[in-house]
Amino acid sequence: MCASVKYGSRGPALIPRMKTKHRIYYITLFSVVLLGLIATGMFQFWPHSIESSAEWSLDRRSVHDAPLVRIPMSSPIPERGDLSCRMHTCFDVYRCGYNPKNKIKVYIYPLQRFVDEVGVPISSTGLSREYNDLLSAISDSDFYTDDVTRACLFIPSTDVLNQNSLRIRETAQALAMLPRWDKGMNHLLFNMLPGGPPDYNTALDVPRDRALLAGGGFSTWTYRQGYDVSIPVYSPLSAEVDLPERQPGPRRYFILSSQTAIHREYRVELERLKEENGEALLLLDKCSNLSQGLASVRKRCYKGQVYDYPQILQESSFCVVLRGARLGQATLSDVLQAGCVPVIMADSYILPFSEVLDWKRASVVIPEEKLPEMYTILKSIPHRQVEEMQRQARWFWEAYFSSMKAIGMTTLQIINDRIYPYAARTYEEWNNPSVVKWSSVNSPLFLPLIPPRSPGFTAVVLTYDRIESLFRVITEISKVSSLAKLLVVWNNQNKSPPEESLWPKVTVPLKVVRTKENKLSNRFFPFDEIETEAVLAIDDDIIMLTSDELQFGYEVWREFPDRLVGYPGRLHLWDHEMGKWKYESEWTNEVSMVLTGAAFYHKYFNYLYTYKMPGDIKNWVDAHMNCEDIAMNFLVANITGKAPIKVTPRKKFKCPECTAIDGLSLDQTHMVERSECINKFASVFGTMPLKVVEHRADPVLYKDDFPEKLKSFPNIGSL
Amino acid sequence: MQARKKYVLLGLCMCCWLLLYYWGGLQERLLGLITHKRGEVARPWPSWLDRDLLPGYADQAELQNDGGSGDSPRQRRQSWAGIYKDSRCRMDTCFDFARCQGQSGFRVYIYPPEKGERVSESYHKILTSVVESRYYTSDPREACLFVLGIDTLDRDQLSTQFVPNVDERIRGYPLWNDGRNHVIFNLYSGTWPNYTEDLGFNVGQAILAKASLNTEHFRPGFDISIPLFSKEHPQKGGERGWLVRNTVPPRRKYLLMFKGKRYLTGIGSDTRNALHHIHNGKDIVSLTTCRHGKDWEKHKDTRCDHDNQEYERFDYQELLHNSTFCLVPRGRRLGSFRFLESLQAACIPVLLSNGWELPFSDVIQWNQAVIEGDERLLLQVPSTVRAVGIDRVLALRQRTQMLWEAYFSSVDKIVLTTLEIIKDRVYSHISRNKFMWNALPGGLLVLPEYSTHLAHYPFYYLNLGISPGQEFTAVIHATSPLVSQSQPIMKLLQVVSKSKYCSQIIILWNSEKPPPHRSKWPPMPVPLIITDGRRKTSSRFLPHAAIETEAVLSLDEDTVLLTSEIDFAFHVWRSFPERIVGYPPRSHFWDPVKKAWGYTSKWTNEYSIVLTGAAFYHRYYHHLFSHYLPSSLRVLVDRTSNCEDILMNFLVSSVTNLPPIKVAQRKQYKEMPTLQVSFCPSIESGTKTAPWVNPEHFTQRQECVSTFASWFGYMPLVHSQFRLDPVLFKDHVSVLRKRYKDLERV
Repeated sequence: MCASVKYGSRGPALIPRMKTKHRIYYITLFSVVLLGLIATGMFQFWPHSIESSAEWSLDRRSVHDAPLVRIPMSSPIPERGDLSCRMHTCFDVYRCGYNPKNKIKVYIYPLQRFVDEVGVPISSTGLSREYNDLLSAISDSDFYTDDVTRACLFIPSTDVLNQNSLRIRETAQALAMLPRWDKGMNHLLFNMLPGGPPDYNTALDVPRDRALLAGGGFSTWTYRQGYDVSIPVYSPLSAEVDLPERQPGPRRYFILSSQTAIHREYRVELERLKEENGEALLLLDKCSNLSQGLASVRKRCYKGQVYDYPQILQESSFCVVLRGARLGQATLSDVLQAGCVPVIMADSYILPFSEVLDWKRASVVIPEEKLPEMYTILKSIPHRQVEEMQRQARWFWEAYFSSMKAIGMTTLQIINDRIYPYAARTYEEWNNPSVVKWSSVNSPLFLPLIPPRSPGFTAVVLTYDRIESLFRVITEISKVSSLAKLLVVWNNQNKSPPEESLWPKVTVPLKVVRTKENKLSNRFFPFDEIETEAVLAIDDDIIMLTSDELQFGYEVWREFPDRLVGYPGRLHLWDHEMGKWKYESEWTNEVSMVLTGAAFYHKYFNYLYTYKMPGDIKNWVDAHMNCEDIAMNFLVANITGKAPIKVTPRKKFKCPECTAIDGLSLDQTHMVERSECINKFASVFGTMPLKVVEHRADPVLYKDDFPEKLKSFPNIGSL
Repeated sequence: MQARKKYVLLGLCMCCWLLLYYWGGLQERLLGLITHKRGEVARPWPSWLDRDLLPGYADQAELQNDGGSGDSPRQRRQSWAGIYKDSRCRMDTCFDFARCQGQSGFRVYIYPPEKGERVSESYHKILTSVVESRYYTSDPREACLFVLGIDTLDRDQLSTQFVPNVDERIRGYPLWNDGRNHVIFNLYSGTWPNYTEDLGFNVGQAILAKASLNTEHFRPGFDISIPLFSKEHPQKGGERGWLVRNTVPPRRKYLLMFKGKRYLTGIGSDTRNALHHIHNGKDIVSLTTCRHGKDWEKHKDTRCDHDNQEYERFDYQELLHNSTFCLVPRGRRLGSFRFLESLQAACIPVLLSNGWELPFSDVIQWNQAVIEGDERLLLQVPSTVRAVGIDRVLALRQRTQMLWEAYFSSVDKIVLTTLEIIKDRVYSHISRNKFMWNALPGGLLVLPEYSTHLAHYPFYYLNLGISPGQEFTAVIHATSPLVSQSQPIMKLLQVVSKSKYCSQIIILWNSEKPPPHRSKWPPMPVPLIITDGRRKTSSRFLPHAAIETEAVLSLDEDTVLLTSEIDFAFHVWRSFPERIVGYPPRSHFWDPVKKAWGYTSKWTNEYSIVLTGAAFYHRYYHHLFSHYLPSSLRVLVDRTSNCEDILMNFLVSSVTNLPPIKVAQRKQYKEMPTLQVSFCPSIESGTKTAPWVNPEHFTQRQECVSTFASWFGYMPLVHSQFRLDPVLFKDHVSVLRKRYKDLERV
């Protein structure tokens, strides 16, 4: 091609020497080509046309257009599943590799229609609606890759959800014919109805080498823990019927049994329970007078009375899910959808997604043998717990049972968690419904520690130009015995800090950090110079705190290392007239904030403030030059769920320098601004995280009738 | 020539056209790459034209009928027991639940030791733990679970502690019953060179509590994986974790460390032989030595000398203290001492032990405390741990400490955890959920008999996003008969019932005289319940069914309080529902002369106990007091009619690792007459008629502190230096502004 381009550069020079006849001929030709080019260009650069054309060629096809593959009789059959398979023996991790997103890549084989030598398909149904939904969901997800060489997990497009519709031997052969089968390594099969009459195996009977099985109805003997994934049996009713979520609480019936295929032995026992406990139990069965078909699926009867299924499930606190021929029951899904607490009686059954879901919080599992004791067992569960279980059951359905997509994504996430265990989802993420996730707190400093007194704390003084007052503060703080270091954050870019010789002499290291911009958030920067856990944030005008008060504050912080421990306390109030939050600095009986003009806190909160502050709060504070302390209080309260601790009695915290310009109007605008901050932050956090308390911390012997000289902290509260 | 030109021009046009076409195509691809849409655009699972016509995977009637109801369930259950034995044992088939359904509940029996039988130190500790646990019975008839007297810990035939002929001996036991309901503890199995899982005798249907269990041999829901522990592992109490502070940034001097043997041959050598590859001498220190065993020099390779030299340069303990992550590769067996060592040292374990069933994996969520690596991906380990963010390091590290202290720090805890896991299986509908096992304070301190509901415990309010209830129950301990209407208890009843948070009052009648008739008590705005305490001091902490609120206010009959004091303390308790919140403080101290713990009632600058003669706490502690503590301690309390408050403080502090909280009170509890009295250590402050003027009372309390500390195995009490006062307490502001002004009246 390069060669022809070279020729082309000489091309135009040739034209003038041509004959007219030829010229016309060439011009015509040229125009035609040019037009063609433009048309092609238009076609190329018109995005819509490309997509639609791609869709046309790829998507607008029928399942029946899938290529037909004939399986030779002699085609190899995989080995039966190996019960000893585990991720480290039968799974090739090298295919998944290290990747920064910690996400496995999943490849789906293109659809093929397998038939045996005489042309009979291997499955009576072919691709089912559910399996198609599952595969489309996976192909739309982040897990999907079309690049077979980059894939970590392979999913055959052969539908094996229901073993009954399969020809076992031929299905197995079809699997083995897949181009990347390689003894089933890293292949994942989805099956919901395993086994067949008469003894119904609890895992898919199709020989499958080392393939992973996501199966519904595993028993403890067929389930390879940590390798297979136990999945629910999908109930198509989920898509058909819309059951709105009901508030948890007591229901009309206590126990309800809705299954139609309950073994005679169990039905006898259930009926005995019904006799003993009467109306609390409702035992439903098939309706004998209705004709077969869809209608019968949606109706249940008791003594001639007809009930709608699954709506009736919402009328009961507990719903029985007994095993049938198989362990996994689609009823479980219906029951969860109705927010009814399942009472699962299926010995040896591996509950769906039990690797990650805590079923004890959403269901009651009772050994089949104990069916006669069911009523007593259920009665012993506290009401509040039943309500929690109802909520939990519904949440499980919504998140993990409601659609084939949910089932597929959960399965892949579980496998993903095994391959990247260090990035696995936590118990809370799997099990807490969103309501709980929203209101609960999991403090990052959850371990109850009382850190040792040494090495003390680092005092961080934010200053601009009040040098005299700053020096007084430094002198005062340096008297505190647990002070480890002084860090002066010099926020004035126009002026250099005074010479070293002018600074007060202190025994601890003193370090001055000059900032690039005069921003309030500089005071909360996690400077490397802060080597202690405890930070004392202090303004350059707080000269009235005694060293006893500061030392005591540090001692209190040691007992509450996850809280803000500060001196002046403030309160937020709900203003009913205005319908918004209000800031309060008066002498109140309550406290919900402490000012960071003088407060101890953990250095971790500096890191959170600087890097994890929600929304635009940080910029907002810097722009308004106000409320950095309120923001800090919000942040800490939100992440720990705890109130700050105000220490020592109230003092007058006005600096002598400011009293001169301190006017009423200034004070009022200040209050309005602070109130605005609270409202702004509450809206960014989406909630009001501040906690109100009525206590403050004083030394044990504060104001007690006791010799002052024997008190650890005698000089407290003096003005 | 003409033809050539024609072709050239035509060729040129073709070229342009092709170029444009390809360029366009290329651009489109680039665009796709940038927007990450390539995968979807290129070849998604097609959206079939006829997808709505696809059949369902199963007919709904088929789903509901489920192939009929199968065989008789009773027969099936019976036949299972015959099929699923030995290596396929499960609780359903190999455990006799009927043995545990008796009156006595979950009881564990230990076979008596045979004459001349020598038991290793570790096994002795295990047996002691069982004997001292609340589940021990000496009567095999009421036992649910059996523990062998034969030491089965070390089943390495080359070991000196190997016990021969176990098979024959256990078969001789009349109760053996093919191992049903037996637990067999084991730390080492198999021997050189393969270290198989074989114990050298047939365990039959016994539950294996074994270290280094392999997932393939592990019978899920039946066996229990326990950690490997050394013979120096303490019987009880145990050292606390090494983490004392959460430094930020949390990275330590070294990122990742390993120091240990390198096997030149045999099982486990693959992994250990490769460890030196990740050593970089800077932040990753992975040191191996060839020096182990007798004939290491025979197998010596070229690296050995250099490695051995490097090995000596670093100290293992120093590395443990200063590493963020610690490699825990398999040894000859899957588990190693290293695992518990790094857990205690808050050095986040990075496991390289494929197929290891982690200790107590039934209940513990290990992925929140360790990094589970893969032996095959050793070289990825450095980049994996480097990518762990600071929040995660903080969380993992704290969790190692939580797990260490909850389940591993002593043999007692390891054995009790094993028993509790089995108990949870036996009584599965009264058992702990995963959350209880994995949240503070750990599963051993959560007794599911009390409740299976999380909100009924004092520990989980924040996790559940709820706050404690708004009401309390007052429990008044009455010991003196009712003779006059001006007795202190009458005043107390008035004061308590006036609190708007009080929902009921229970009088625990512990007097010699029978309780007076209802009409003798004053009319109350809240229900008044009189219960008989049977003159036992410990009865004040019995889990009375009548207590309906989460908060309990425990009171002595002669307590003098104000309603506002009660209200304030209750407010404080709602902020600290897991602690004791009370008024009069006491303290413990270490007496270096006597080398014993001491108790003092002096006024001091710190305290570690608040007396339960007037204190708020969660009602769950009643349950723990009566069912978690051994009866021996409660007997001591009843015999001396003393120390119940100290014991309660021990209990709560051992659960929370935190001190109690003292709140403000108007004047000193029980009206201390003078300072001198409170200074005199031999006399408990109080009025002349009270029992605590008795010097013996105080000596008893000293002894109690020592006795309790020895049962707990450590000193759980923690000192505090503050008390909580109302926000405006004694501030210079008008009393009209103050909510708790009564507290300041003299």
